[in-house]
Amino acid sequence: METQNKQNNDEEIFIDPKRLRNKTAVAFAVFTIAILAAIFIWKWIHRQPNVADVPAPLRKVLNANEKVFSNTFSNKHLAKTYPISEAVKHVRVNGDIGLKRALDSNWKLQVIRNPGDTLWVTLDDIKALPKQDLIFDFKCIEGWSQVTFWAGASFSEFAKRYNLNAQTQMNYVGLATPDKEYYVGIDMASMMHPQTILCYEMNGKPLPLNQGYPLRLIIPVKYGIKSIKRIGSIFFSNRPPPDYWFERGYDYYSGL
Amino acid sequence: MKKVIKKHPIAIRWFHWINFPILAVMIWSGLLIYWANDVYRIGWANKTILKFFPDSFYKALHIPFRLAEGMSIHFVFMWLFAINGFIYVLYLIFSGEWRLIFPNKKSFKESWTVMLHDLHLTKKVPPQKKYNAAQRIIYTVVIFMGLGSVLTGLSIYKPIQFQPLTSMLGGYEWARIEHFTFTILFILFFLVHIIQVILAGWNNFQSMITGFFVVKKNKTLLVPVVVFAGDLEENEINQNDETIRSDENETVNEQKIINPKQEENNQEDGDSK
Repeated sequence: METQNKQNNDEEIFIDPKRLRNKTAVAFAVFTIAILAAIFIWKWIHRQPNVADVPAPLRKVLNANEKVFSNTFSNKHLAKTYPISEAVKHVRVNGDIGLKRALDSNWKLQVIRNPGDTLWVTLDDIKALPKQDLIFDFKCIEGWSQVTFWAGASFSEFAKRYNLNAQTQMNYVGLATPDKEYYVGIDMASMMHPQTILCYEMNGKPLPLNQGYPLRLIIPVKYGIKSIKRIGSIFFSNRPPPDYWFERGYDYYSGL
Repeated sequence: MKKVIKKHPIAIRWFHWINFPILAVMIWSGLLIYWANDVYRIGWANKTILKFFPDSFYKALHIPFRLAEGMSIHFVFMWLFAINGFIYVLYLIFSGEWRLIFPNKKSFKESWTVMLHDLHLTKKVPPQKKYNAAQRIIYTVVIFMGLGSVLTGLSIYKPIQFQPLTSMLGGYEWARIEHFTFTILFILFFLVHIIQVILAGWNNFQSMITGFFVVKKNKTLLVPVVVFAGDLEENEINQNDETIRSDENETVNEQKIINPKQEENNQEDGDSK
């Protein structure tokens, strides 16, 4: 212990004044260069061309983050669920993109199995599937969250019922509102998560118009930006489908 | 010849100066994110003492409507912050430097003396090796603040994949509050740190860049002992000398005594060369 103390004590040394001056100068030169380098790197990053509204180097890391954190994803990792009594009565409404036009009274869900091979599904068809209640903490990318009560058919059940096996082997699902104003792209693993539902009820009643009547997506493993309201069409792709908020600088994955 | 005291190993200087801009970027981008849901305040019921943050603050710093930008920066620099901090902790452990930073048995009692001294409430000078007791405690706490920021951050970044962590921290919303609180603590630490560095003077500051502390003639002989003590009167130095002497009798090798006479001789040596 004693020798250890000796070692750790500040060490005094004698040094030639000239050498001291040199050492000091070198240290300060390195320090200055490091500061300039840091400023240069910061400016360089922001001078790079944007990819979907984010400087390319940052976008690369965000995409790499998806690779890292999608490894932690599992269908066994479920969003925590709550008793109905904890669900809020007044559900926050946070966006109306894609909802501004009047809803077509003949609404049907358009499922594009392959280009030129479209399936039309009515709301009653979807209601005929096993109904799943979901009371979970809905998380907005803005930072707020709310325990809310939804019900619908799980997407994986829907895919099974409509023989979408070949389609669900692909990498992504793209969903859009009937007017194509709002659109999201979601990786297949998250889409097939057991808590991802095609939702038609909120608080035990049909969805209000501002919550996406007749059918919206509720996907707890993503931020709310992916829970698209008033779904018009669904398609499948191996390449990432266009995504409204991704194009405006957000993370494509947005997984929780 | 000039006498210098080796103070900060080069590794620690790099960790320190790399961390500084990275943490600044994390706090800045964190503010851009926080703005989008800025619900925290200090107060009760309808009474608010301090709102995080006032609109004038946001306006002055051009924070509003930059959530996406904030996230794109935050989730890139988080890696650098975590990696630099992780290697720093490994370095402390394997180099033995932790012995100079982690508090020991006496630190908690002594830190009180340090505080009273720094506030000019006592003339008693606390013992100081590389770091005094208060520094040991705060520099260790800061490591845990870094760890806390990473864990609370991870638990709000991927709350479902790391559900056990999130619930351990009290759930998603609590984890966000904790993450925010660590940020405020970092800012408070930074303010105190800057004030202390200014009070301690140039010689102390430059030792964080050069790694050594230049011992000057007579008056400043004992400066390394009282780095954070501000200006000292002559009688304080003597008093300090005594504390060290008595300290040394109790524990071996706490601090070397510098003989002023010898120092003068050395100085002369140096000048003659």
